[in-house]
Amino acid sequence: MAGAVFGMLLLFVFINFGSLTIKSEVSHLDEEQIFSTSKVSTEEEHQNQVSDTNFHHHRDTLQDEERTDPAELWTSPESRSQQYETPLVESHVEEGRQNEAPATRNGLAESGQPPKVNDRFQEELVIRPLLSGDVYSSFQFRTRWDTDLLNKQKKVSHFRLFPKSLGQVISKFSIRELHISFTQGFWRTQQWGPPFLPAPPGVELWVWFEHTVQDVDRSWKELTSVLSGIFCASLNFIDSTNTIQPSASFKPLGVANVTDQRFLRYAVLPREVVCTENLTPWKKLLPCDSKAGLAVLLKSEKLFHSSFHSQAVHIQPICQDLQCKKTSWELRQTLSVVFDLHATGQSKREWSLFKMFSRTLTEPCPLASTSKVYVDITETSKGDDLIEVAPAVTLQMQAVVLGDRRKYMVYDLMTPEPYGSLRSLNILLKWKLQDSEEMLPPILHAERYVGGYGLQTGEIHTLIYNNHPFRAFPILLMESVPWYLRLYIHTLSVISKGRENKPSYIHYRPSKDRQYPHLLEMLVQLPPNSITKVTVQFERALLKWTEYPPDPNHGFYVSSSVLSAQVPSAVALDANHTTEEPLFTNLFPIMEESSYFMRVYTEPLLVNLPTPDFSMPYNVICLTCTVVAVGYGSLYNLLTRTFQVEEPSAGLAKRIANVIRRLRGVPPL
Amino acid sequence: MASFVGVQFTFCFRIIVILFFLHFYRTSLSAHEIETQASHFFRSGHTNNWAVLVCTSRFWFNYRHVANTLSVYRSVKRLGIPDSHIVLMLADDMACNHRNPKPATVFSHKNMELNVYGDDVEVDYRGYEVTVENFLRVLTGRLPASTPRSKRLLSDDRSNILIYMTGHGGNGFLKFQDSEEITNVELADAFEQMWQKRRYNELLFIIDTCQGASMYERFYSPNIMALASSQVGEDSLSHQPDLAIGVHLMDRYTFYLLEFLEDIHPASQSNMNDLFKVCPKSQCVSTPGHRTDLFQRNPNSVLITDFFGSVRKVEITMSTMKLNPNNTERTEIDVNEEMVTTLQHYVDQLPVAEIIHQKPKQKDWHPPDGFILGLWTLIILIFFQTYGIKHLKHVF
Repeated sequence: MAGAVFGMLLLFVFINFGSLTIKSEVSHLDEEQIFSTSKVSTEEEHQNQVSDTNFHHHRDTLQDEERTDPAELWTSPESRSQQYETPLVESHVEEGRQNEAPATRNGLAESGQPPKVNDRFQEELVIRPLLSGDVYSSFQFRTRWDTDLLNKQKKVSHFRLFPKSLGQVISKFSIRELHISFTQGFWRTQQWGPPFLPAPPGVELWVWFEHTVQDVDRSWKELTSVLSGIFCASLNFIDSTNTIQPSASFKPLGVANVTDQRFLRYAVLPREVVCTENLTPWKKLLPCDSKAGLAVLLKSEKLFHSSFHSQAVHIQPICQDLQCKKTSWELRQTLSVVFDLHATGQSKREWSLFKMFSRTLTEPCPLASTSKVYVDITETSKGDDLIEVAPAVTLQMQAVVLGDRRKYMVYDLMTPEPYGSLRSLNILLKWKLQDSEEMLPPILHAERYVGGYGLQTGEIHTLIYNNHPFRAFPILLMESVPWYLRLYIHTLSVISKGRENKPSYIHYRPSKDRQYPHLLEMLVQLPPNSITKVTVQFERALLKWTEYPPDPNHGFYVSSSVLSAQVPSAVALDANHTTEEPLFTNLFPIMEESSYFMRVYTEPLLVNLPTPDFSMPYNVICLTCTVVAVGYGSLYNLLTRTFQVEEPSAGLAKRIANVIRRLRGVPPL
Repeated sequence: MASFVGVQFTFCFRIIVILFFLHFYRTSLSAHEIETQASHFFRSGHTNNWAVLVCTSRFWFNYRHVANTLSVYRSVKRLGIPDSHIVLMLADDMACNHRNPKPATVFSHKNMELNVYGDDVEVDYRGYEVTVENFLRVLTGRLPASTPRSKRLLSDDRSNILIYMTGHGGNGFLKFQDSEEITNVELADAFEQMWQKRRYNELLFIIDTCQGASMYERFYSPNIMALASSQVGEDSLSHQPDLAIGVHLMDRYTFYLLEFLEDIHPASQSNMNDLFKVCPKSQCVSTPGHRTDLFQRNPNSVLITDFFGSVRKVEITMSTMKLNPNNTERTEIDVNEEMVTTLQHYVDQLPVAEIIHQKPKQKDWHPPDGFILGLWTLIILIFFQTYGIKHLKHVF
């Protein structure tokens, strides 16, 4: 194969060179240059051919009505590198009945536009009934664009599906990766299990800059102000006092050859509220806005009436083809929401799309190439029918999600089948049992709290649970504490099962008042079936009175600490990676087969600082004291001071001479 | 290549206005009448509209101030000012406050019909960002270079600006977030600076706060019309207590202002005199005040939509214009293929071995500090004191 390709290449070069010999007569000097350019052009032609055939192949598959594979386009990271664009037969699809009905086509392909479209849009919704009676819904919208936004010579000015506002930001600030999440509420891992995409309460922003960026801090500062305009959030409060540069955490999620942590910036604003004004610009980034497709479900009065709401934007370069020589830009917009059984569900274990979102689905986004709804039916298929799903569709699939094999019912919105006679899809979930069931504890979870009493000192306790019965695994704990809590790093202790657990890697950067926060990173091995307790003491600093916010009595937030872990999988991950999985199954690239990467966020802390009384008595006391001090002080000064004429002091030259004379032992001048 | 019957827009384009014009043509008035109507139509002299809407109060019990601001926001947006021309400042988040029984909504009326928060609100300054400094910077345009467009007031000398403020105030000041104040003198100076920097054509200032009239009495810049909910010595009162939400939903003055504005549509001919009549003392309990002495035009001739709406004027040309196709837009479909880089790969998210063997960062060289310098000086001094310079040859 390689030989054939090489032969073809040689042939092209030969032909082109032959045609160029006439030109080379003109100037012998230019020959080499011409030769080299011709070489490039032949390579280009060759690649064009290859990509063309690829494309035809792809179009064939598009027309192939048997393409029911939900995972083909939603390639998981490892399959992105290995199984790119080869239409696979989904082995896990239980082919009860194939979709015979012709799918509604991508409108652009139909209308005879130039067939070479280098961007695609996909949407999906995953609904997972939780054992507590709550419902977890996770939307993912992915836009993929085969272009190079960072090329300085060729500015990209024509945007089709990819939002222009973000595209321009990427090229202006030379961004390699950008991850931003807006979260309201705290993800309760113990009740709900691990989420598809973890996020800390508030706003989290982390960015990898391109290696060509000279002044990363300046770019970061400007980027945060620009993003604050795009997302209507107070991101301009991100400055050096809450920005950190992790030394080992937050490796790039997309392709990257070198990872120099100097180009990474990370910041969290735990206090930031998330509301409609953040959702509006987020929705505007979607090609169909919220006019069609799954996004019609995104109504703010329902989404924010929930226990947990998280929306995120992830931009990263991914492999474009099998060899991974070229990269595409991927924009993933995710939105997760957990509806509460009692607040939203009126304590009835019965959910429907209409009850959750006050809308039903009638059509896919016409610009989308796939549009699917997955309903988790793992509990149903375990024998004891706990949950009933209606309307039932025959298309089902299995996927390994976060070390667990799960079963999904798939509604393909491109086909008319799920809509039924009413022409609208309203998925119904009904619990058979009306009492909640205890779920197995998650393998890894963590909690954090502030100990101690009084307003001077305190202790931060972090408890990390490894519930795996026999496997130990490493975690990387990252804590960022604002400067006004002065950590006593000598009191740091890591204790597992009553014994000291020495971290194999510690990175600590002490804070500097009003300049940067503490950063503590530790690599800890968690013994099996254990609780690891990390304790560190701190002292509260006094702020200047203008540094207090308008409501200082509310307390000051300390952002969530982050646990990055390589968790052993309960189910063996597919050894060959031949199965393509839908996007939601894994955001993080899989490197090993026996374990998967997971990130866990702890609770943010709310710490009280000693706060002055800003009210009138305080001001009166201050003023009175000042008047007394100044008035009495000056009077006392006048009464007790004696005045006398002082000799003018000697000149500099004389003093130096005297010093030298004293050294010499000669009497001074 | 292709030629179109061109429509030259002197200003921005609005379908409503075109329909308006067509209506004039159809009624076949005499040329003179058309002239007078056209001049009547163009009388305001502004080409764009801006709005700065500020709620300065924090904390849940000030729900009504947020509702006040949002109701004005809703009105100006409905009358055609786009989000890009509205600078909305809300000092606290009421919609998604945990005490709000109906999240993502802010109601202006007990019957819960009108959600003034809407489903597509864009708040530009929120929470701690709402400070006196930021407010004055927005007005005067002295913002850091990296400030995004949505947080700027990009007005010019043809802009009509509506400034609406609400919060807790007293005689001559308005509190921001319960921690700082803006005085009427500062505000008047800011407006003068705006006038000198040619940042507005006409300015309508509305304030709903206690003793609101004190806030505009120091204004001295031209073309400012001001309204306040109460006179000096009077309190502005709230309206619409709601048992479910637990607080008052709105202030009286803005409640009736919203009621008035709900009846305005883009082609309304109501003028400022109608606005002055909003909320008489029988409804407001306080006495709303207004000030027009700085304003050049007669309030009779000033339409409400000159400030609350964004009715843009267009001029229609009958001449044919040729448009050249844009050749620069040749998209490079395959050109980026030359970007053959080296083999790329995904990164291990937790490379344990690599982390453990990560070298500690080399310490940068820094100049010796005072202690070291002092120590060396001492050593050299003692040396010379002991041996003296003339014994140096014996030592070495």
